[in-house]
Amino acid sequence: MSTALNHDSVRVEARGLRKSFGDHEVLRGVSFTVERGEIFVLMGPSGSGKSVLLKHIIGLEEPDAGELLIEGLDIHTEGLRDRYRMAMVFQSGALLNSLTVGENVGLYLREHRLKPEADIQRVITEKLELVGLKGAEDKIPAELSGGMKKRVAIARALVIEPQLVLYDEPTSELDPLIAITIGQEILELRDRTHATSLVVTHDRDLAFGIADRIAMIAEGEILEIGRPEEVRRSQHPLVRKFLTADFKPKPR
Amino acid sequence: MLFWRTLQALPLAYRHRRKVLEQFYEVGMGSLLMVCILSFFIGGVLALEIGPVMVERGLSNFLGGIVGLSLCRELAPSLMAVLIAGRIGSAMAAEIGSMAVYQEIDALRTMNINPIHYLVLPRIIAIAVGLPMLLIFADLVGWMGGALVCSTNQQIAVGMQSFMANLRDTVGTKDVLHGLIKSFVFALIIGTVSCHQGLATIGGPRGIGRTVTKAVVNSIVLILILDYFLTHLLVQIEQ
Repeated sequence: MSTALNHDSVRVEARGLRKSFGDHEVLRGVSFTVERGEIFVLMGPSGSGKSVLLKHIIGLEEPDAGELLIEGLDIHTEGLRDRYRMAMVFQSGALLNSLTVGENVGLYLREHRLKPEADIQRVITEKLELVGLKGAEDKIPAELSGGMKKRVAIARALVIEPQLVLYDEPTSELDPLIAITIGQEILELRDRTHATSLVVTHDRDLAFGIADRIAMIAEGEILEIGRPEEVRRSQHPLVRKFLTADFKPKPR
Repeated sequence: MLFWRTLQALPLAYRHRRKVLEQFYEVGMGSLLMVCILSFFIGGVLALEIGPVMVERGLSNFLGGIVGLSLCRELAPSLMAVLIAGRIGSAMAAEIGSMAVYQEIDALRTMNINPIHYLVLPRIIAIAVGLPMLLIFADLVGWMGGALVCSTNQQIAVGMQSFMANLRDTVGTKDVLHGLIKSFVFALIIGTVSCHQGLATIGGPRGIGRTVTKAVVNSIVLILILDYFLTHLLVQIEQ
């Protein structure tokens, strides 16, 4: 485990990724590149394969075909996870319920013995303060709201000082005000660490608010990819439908 | 496979000593009272069942030895293993299973923390040390239960001193060791099966329920089948 923590970002490249679960083909030859330090948003309807794609990038799933490269190296290359620091903020937060907030945030440093205990305590306090949860160290995850859990998950990711951060639906189940806060956290984290960020979401406001580039995915295929204004101008019918769909109450 | 990977991680045990101690407390202290109550009654029932038959045939002098041997070689190891499979194995499977369902194990993997080192190793070490230690208590309390029933039951009426003297003459260190070896193997089965089922959990709360059932049932079935072969092997070694 490398102890030299720096803030370099990494380039991610997916080439022709295919994945099936039984007869259901979830990814159908997905290819894209995320440049160093970029906030890249994968947007699409529920069940379009976004989260599965994210799990491939962090190495939790293996593709049936195609490859995923981090700085030109296959994701399963021996020692890659030691060379490049990656973190994922899960949709549910995925905090360890048996640990306190402070223990969750300090888990990576303690398990890999990267710092002495006094320094770990200082880092925990510092990271929790960054996400607006100063003094929450001794709380247990069950005492936190959905938004607080996500912020703790971001603090846990910050501790890794990641070069690549993956966010899975960071604003789902949150009210609009907290969703904006989370979006700002993502922007601030990128500005502070220059980490490459890959955000999976179906929240159009978040996507257009934070993205450097957006990829629109549906039924396991990338339909459109480009800067937010380019995606907004897309003539693809599914993209247009997703971007313009709105709630229209029946006239009374 | 899981057991082999846990064995490979054994050198890391000292590093995870805090988690091992936490699990050990759960296995040992958490189960001690239950183990003592059960083994006391098992010893008592054993004496009650075979006592009158042996007295009738003029074999009352051997009662302490029979009860002592049955308990430490077979009944205590297998019944305590069944109890621990139900109490600790189910808890292990449920805890790891819910961690799998709620993506906590995925979160560990993304932090480059091996779930086998972090979750499985401490649990298997704790149960492998804890169950044989519980067995020693079970043997002692079970013998006392048998002695008490023999001395207080009018049909049997074998004094406590006579019971214990025969037990001391008959039961040797190798008999206690026989039970301890069995309980060590049973503990490895419970730990491995429960952790494996937990890690393989999918499908939400219903999946967790299925995991717990599978962990307990598979552990008990494996314990009872392996008990025969293990006894066969140990008896051959003793001869």
